[in-house]
Amino acid sequence: MSTDLLDATFAALADPTRRAILARLASGEATVTELAAPFDMSQPAISKHLKVLERAGLVSRGRDAQRRPCRLEARPLKAATDWLENYRGYWEESYQRLDTLLAELKTNEESRKS
Amino acid sequence: MTNTGTLQVTTPTDKEIVLTRVFDAPRHLVFDAWTRPELLKRWHGARGWNLVVCEVDLRVGGSWRFVSRGPDGTDMGQSGVYREVVRPERLVLTEMFDNQSYAGESLITHVFLEQNRTTTVTSTVLYASREARDIVIKYPMARGVTESYDRLAELLLSQS
Repeated sequence: MSTDLLDATFAALADPTRRAILARLASGEATVTELAAPFDMSQPAISKHLKVLERAGLVSRGRDAQRRPCRLEARPLKAATDWLENYRGYWEESYQRLDTLLAELKTNEESRKS
Repeated sequence: MTNTGTLQVTTPTDKEIVLTRVFDAPRHLVFDAWTRPELLKRWHGARGWNLVVCEVDLRVGGSWRFVSRGPDGTDMGQSGVYREVVRPERLVLTEMFDNQSYAGESLITHVFLEQNRTTTVTSTVLYASREARDIVIKYPMARGVTESYDRLAELLLSQS
């Protein structure tokens, strides 16, 4: 996954309305009208959010010219969680090196005492 | 809190990120490992990143500077000032990266709590603003990826 697409995914997820849209789409596809209903927002405002989500590859639109239903695309989400898990692993490695160092310091201290 | 070895991350407020980790050592040793350059150089840094510069003037008002070198030879600098130094229990410092993509310095508080010869380190990163923290989340090469991670985990759960 390219850095640009990851950036787009994280940027898309940084907004509460867009996360709510994704959560709604997780339970099945919906039209813009249906998506706008629970929000105190105009359809154009919801469409703007949908464009951001589409650019990030998180949402796709159906062919049906009238309804153009939106559906959730899970693949970029999976890529982003994999990337984050990998990132967490980066830091965990640093702490594991510290575990090794502390074991050594403890041994040194105990041998000085005895 | 006996789960030694698991890095936990929480976001208690919209400007903070908190990392917690238990170490199997008394806290004066953990505090040393966090504050002495010759020790810091042996562990500090994400995978493939090593400290090539580590300057620590460990007193209130004293400055610190780290330069980390990545696997491709890229250098990344960060520095700040110590605000509180209470050996071996508490360390408060400011932090700013050389090429920081968000405004304002962050305030980092490390608390070292010893229990039964193990030490829990709680590191709280307080960003200057919610915007700053959200940029960190958006560009996870900085630090605070985990709130996104939590959100993603929620989303993925709701999908299953």
